[in-house]
Amino acid sequence: MPQWGMVIDLDRCTGCNACVAACHAENNLPIAGEEEAAKGRSFHWIRIERYIEGEYPNLKTRFIPVLCQHCDEAPCEPVCPVFATYHSPQGLNVQVYNRCIGTRFCANACPYTVRHFNWFDPRWPEPLERQLNPEVSVRTKGMIEKCTFCIQRIRKAADLAKDEERPVGDGEVQPACAQSCPTDAIVFGDLSDPGSRVSKLASQRRAFRLQEDLGTQPRVIYLKEGSE
Amino acid sequence: MDQAAAVAIHRDLTRPVLETGRGFYMTLAALGTVMAWALFCWGYQVYHGLGVTGFNRPVFWGVYIANFIFWIGISHAGTLISAILRVTQAGWRRPITRCAEAITVLALMIGPMFILIDLGRSWLFYWVLPYPSERGLWPNFRSPLLWDVSCITTYLIGSLTYLYLPMIPDLALLRDSTPCRRWLYRTLALGWKGTPRQWHRLETAISVMAVLIIPIAVSVHTVVSWIFAMTLNPMWHSTIFAPYFVVGAIFSGIAILLLAMSILRKSARLEMYLRPVHFNNVGLLLLALSLIWLYFTIAEYVTTWYGDLPEEMAVFRYKLAGPLAPYFWGMVACCFLIPAPVLAFKKTRTIAGTTAAAALVVVGMWLERYVIVVGTLTHPRLAFNWRDYAPTWVELSIMAGAFAYFAFLYVLFTKLFPIISVWEWKAGLPSASPPRPSPGATLSHEPLPR
Repeated sequence: MPQWGMVIDLDRCTGCNACVAACHAENNLPIAGEEEAAKGRSFHWIRIERYIEGEYPNLKTRFIPVLCQHCDEAPCEPVCPVFATYHSPQGLNVQVYNRCIGTRFCANACPYTVRHFNWFDPRWPEPLERQLNPEVSVRTKGMIEKCTFCIQRIRKAADLAKDEERPVGDGEVQPACAQSCPTDAIVFGDLSDPGSRVSKLASQRRAFRLQEDLGTQPRVIYLKEGSE
Repeated sequence: MDQAAAVAIHRDLTRPVLETGRGFYMTLAALGTVMAWALFCWGYQVYHGLGVTGFNRPVFWGVYIANFIFWIGISHAGTLISAILRVTQAGWRRPITRCAEAITVLALMIGPMFILIDLGRSWLFYWVLPYPSERGLWPNFRSPLLWDVSCITTYLIGSLTYLYLPMIPDLALLRDSTPCRRWLYRTLALGWKGTPRQWHRLETAISVMAVLIIPIAVSVHTVVSWIFAMTLNPMWHSTIFAPYFVVGAIFSGIAILLLAMSILRKSARLEMYLRPVHFNNVGLLLLALSLIWLYFTIAEYVTTWYGDLPEEMAVFRYKLAGPLAPYFWGMVACCFLIPAPVLAFKKTRTIAGTTAAAALVVVGMWLERYVIVVGTLTHPRLAFNWRDYAPTWVELSIMAGAFAYFAFLYVLFTKLFPIISVWEWKAGLPSASPPRPSPGATLSHEPLPR
């Protein structure tokens, strides 16, 4: 069984936000709008965090795309009273929308703040409501949602591979963010296959995980050269 | 016992039940108006979604959860204090036990309501209950929220029983002596006749419940604190939280008890029963809890400050020197700086003094809950996501409605039942005599002497 994981090369990331836009389109993310976004209610399953170092004019801006880390020891999972979030055998941290009653305990327990709550029923300004992805369910008010590693694409690839009686090939599954990254900074694949591209990248000396010291064992591995 | 004294006691203590003035209806109407507005606000929130609140990412919880902890804390007034006083056989407990036990039961009806209000999909709240369903799922007992559901349910049932048992002789008394609501008292009195056998059983049951209710009450606020302490969040993930919350709960519970005593004394004309000595004694308890609270607060904040971890300090500074500073220092002033001196000196430990101190403590403990919930949530570990929070009119209206609802239920309770235990008061009189051979139902309220 594949163990899905992701590598994000921060030395390649330009902070262009293409992954954010692609994720929005692929996963039917609601458009919060200017007013709601100002209140801190924007929906971005993946976001580019910007940290600015130094004093003007000697500034250095650093980018880090942050999405659900699909932790093996996820703090969000045990706290859900209704099993709306759980760990799949393939290592995905899965959110079952229909089970969610909206306690938001998971969102508070997540050290990466990557869980999003539907404050209202979803809205799309014209004509965006006509481009909804039919393979992704639309969420309603009162439930939590977050990055799924584009589980619909994983399913599709797995189904196809099953029909053709072969394992899923390396690079066959591409989440929207990885597919749209112009600098190829995001790589997705099977971490249990030592030959996969993601495994090779993850074993590099540059590899680290976000807030590794918390013991959450994230499935997202970042690559970064030491400070230059 | 002096028959005249018994008659006077009976008259005084059942007067609030029997006589209804205009004030009663006006109070209920005023409280009812606030409740109706809050109900509308909740409907508005359910219809539109939780976006009508001030919540955002990362502050997913706010006033509602602060109120949840606050009200569950208030519920420790009662049962725990009255149980401790009963177990230690403190004679001065007699006029305040029922008053305290009623606070417990009613506060336990308000607190969990806030979880319901806070849910994104309130209409599915019953999914946290373990019952065989088409989903084929039990609730997740690894979640601290399920521990809360279990402990609070147990506590509600326990404290209802504990409120009800010592009320049986008084219910029989009302059944036999009042013209109104006979059916209610007859049903609830369970055929109480006041035979020695019944007395013996009742006193055994009360003693057992008094001991049982203490660990249950402690467990309740322990698991409430674990909602926070079991996460990895800065200034939530703390081993001190369970005892800190339990102490805070008892502290606020005693304060609300003093307030209730003070209001009842005037409104139900119970000056002869709720005397300065009672305010003095409960005031001393409040002082002791204030000092213990201060000790826990210092222990919690000094270790955080000395440890100086960046994530913890972000929250620490936000609370002590940032936007939450008025709330934090208001809490310190209301929980210790002002009430402690007032309660410490005999000269100011009067009825007015203890009441004022208690009012401050209630405010201070609410602020503590707010500071704990909001302080941590505004500063998650990844600094890019820091954000402030301010409640909206919807949240504040619903909160006001909860306070009104509590007062409404309490007023109703004092109307239906004697708020001071008639038989316990009589049993406490120095001249309490051994029971005479029961000549009939009129003596059904005479207890066995100890």
